[in-house]
Amino acid sequence: MYVEMKGICKKFGNYEAAKNISFDIEKGKLVALLGPSGSGKTTILRILAGLETQDEGDVIIEGKVINDIPASKRGIGFVFQNYALFRYMTVYDNIAFGLKVQKMSKEKVHERVMEMISLIGLCGLEKRYPDQLSGGQRQRVAFARAIAPNPQLLLLDEPFAAIDAKVRKELRSWLKEMIRKVGITSIFVTHDQEEAVEVADDIIIINEGNLEQMGTPSEIYKHPETPFVANFIGTSIVLSDLSGFKGFEEIEKGKKVIVRPEFVEAFKSDNKKFHDLIPAAEEGVIEKIEFRGSYLEVTLKVGDVRLVTNRSLERRSISVGEKMYVLLHRIYVFDEGTAQRYKNSLLKDVDIELM
Amino acid sequence: MKKAGRRKGKVVIPGFGITMGITVSMLSILILIPLASVMAYSFKMSPFEFVKLITKPGVVNAFATSIGCAFVAAVINAVFGVMIAWVLVRYDFFGKRFIDGIIELPFALPTAVAGITLTKMYSDNGFLGKALERIGIKAAYTKIGIIIAMVFIGIPFVVRAIQPVLEKLPKSCEEAGLMLGASRAVIFRKIIFPEIMPPLLTGFGLALARGIGEYGSVIYISGNSEKNKTQVVSYIIMQKLNSGNVDYEGAAAIALILLIISFIMLFAINIVQHVASKRTSA
Ligand SMILES: Nc1ncnc2c1ncn2[C@@H]1O[C@H](COP(=O)(O)OP(=O)(O)OP(=O)(O)O)[C@@H](O)[C@H]1O
Ligand SMILES: [Mg+2]
Repeated sequence: MYVEMKGICKKFGNYEAAKNISFDIEKGKLVALLGPSGSGKTTILRILAGLETQDEGDVIIEGKVINDIPASKRGIGFVFQNYALFRYMTVYDNIAFGLKVQKMSKEKVHERVMEMISLIGLCGLEKRYPDQLSGGQRQRVAFARAIAPNPQLLLLDEPFAAIDAKVRKELRSWLKEMIRKVGITSIFVTHDQEEAVEVADDIIIINEGNLEQMGTPSEIYKHPETPFVANFIGTSIVLSDLSGFKGFEEIEKGKKVIVRPEFVEAFKSDNKKFHDLIPAAEEGVIEKIEFRGSYLEVTLKVGDVRLVTNRSLERRSISVGEKMYVLLHRIYVFDEGTAQRYKNSLLKDVDIELM
Repeated sequence: MKKAGRRKGKVVIPGFGITMGITVSMLSILILIPLASVMAYSFKMSPFEFVKLITKPGVVNAFATSIGCAFVAAVINAVFGVMIAWVLVRYDFFGKRFIDGIIELPFALPTAVAGITLTKMYSDNGFLGKALERIGIKAAYTKIGIIIAMVFIGIPFVVRAIQPVLEKLPKSCEEAGLMLGASRAVIFRKIIFPEIMPPLLTGFGLALARGIGEYGSVIYISGNSEKNKTQVVSYIIMQKLNSGNVDYEGAAAIALILLIISFIMLFAINIVQHVASKRTSA
């Protein structure tokens, strides 16, 4: 393991910002620390960087415990949320800062800075001051400044938070590509699950100072281990009473049930493809249809329960108030912190994945 | 919309006319008219008399003393002012609010009170004076005394100029320096110092200007000896107005020179700040 956190605890006064956090990260991976605001993501990142001291636990890099090594000697690159560029230095001097500190020769500094500037695609802007750059350009400079001294680990705190939605998407793929190109082990903080899923190899989900789950995006999506993760990842609906739903009679009332749009299929009564499944389906009424760009988000009322499904634009048109069959083919049930997947018992022989 | 049409050409924010009028009147009554009268008086002299007056050894010495001591005091203030501002902004300690509060004391205290107190403390039988005497330094009635008084009255300018800038300086800038491997000293020199440089210059300039013109707190501790060159410019002016035959023109002539020095300094500070701010904004 390249980067390891072992039993990290951190309190601010009485508030526990990190509770026994342990994880390890392989060399070359791009990992996202994902969690809601105030969950402790920044705290964990700062402990790793040495900008904050943990109360308990070890930070280990390449097998060496680095608890007592100060931030300036850890050789970790850090991109700050507000970029923290040096206002009184040009782009060139900002990037050169970490190199000059190492007493590198002037020619070598120049060579490396120019290499960085062309890597981030800002050739010709090296004489500008940070105030004369756009948000996206500033972020690129912050990135270049952090990786110029060739750190073995790069930490990024909400690298896209201060950038507007459109540019953010571009920068996301840009950053991912850059990190691949440089081949540096990286951890970035985000509270945007879409961002984490799109960019990261692995996701670590943090909630209230606890590490909820770590895994690849698809693992986390398909096998959430805690109610929090199931709820946080993807768009989910939480139900507590499924009695009366065909195929789920065995689920006790009161258990926490999570349903995702993908678990719900709605079809018209004359749909031939789904005809055989009608015995397993409920009848529902369309309550709301929202256009989501590439698909429709359809809310259906089944008895007292509202379910949401996504409908392809290729399918036949539907309208509010229309009666449809609603097939619930899968659910997550949580019991004392463990998640279980249940399949509609009437669909035992049907391969849902192929539907 | 109709209304807006009729009011075309007016400034959007209301109250421009009256506030601007008051501003101009205040400026005229408080600053421009007195300044003009200083000039008017001094121009009553012929150029020859003027030059003769201001090149008198006593007058030249007084200028040298005032400017020299004020400069040394301003430098001392710049160094210690940065330290005080740093301590007040960056650290929490018992009595911080109290210390923060008394920074302005030199402004609030009547200068004569400050002058008498300082003289008492630094004279041969004052407790600080005795201590300094023992290591062979004579403070009262020397230029050292003048500098001490000027440091006292100038320190708030520097501290109060730097404090807000240090407060606003994001911690992440320093942390960025740390993460890039810089030592504390390099972080201060390369990252923090450029940030506080413009306000430091302002504070330095104001402390210097105040020192050059200072009267009340200086005249007691200086001793005002022509022989020891401890007469300051303000003292010379006062002397001209106090002596048997009041010499308005002479006083005004020296005042004019002070005025010119002040203007040049303000101008220089503004230029330096303009250049500094140009570097960071588009
Ligand atoms: N220096 C501090 N002193 C006191 N409490 C702190 C300090 N830093 C963080 N906290 C608290 O610790 C908790 C976790 O903070 P942290 O900054 O790690 O959250 P985060 O997950 O990064 O949130 P966000 O997404 O909003 O940035 C918060 O409740 C915060 O108030
Ligand atoms: Mg944060």
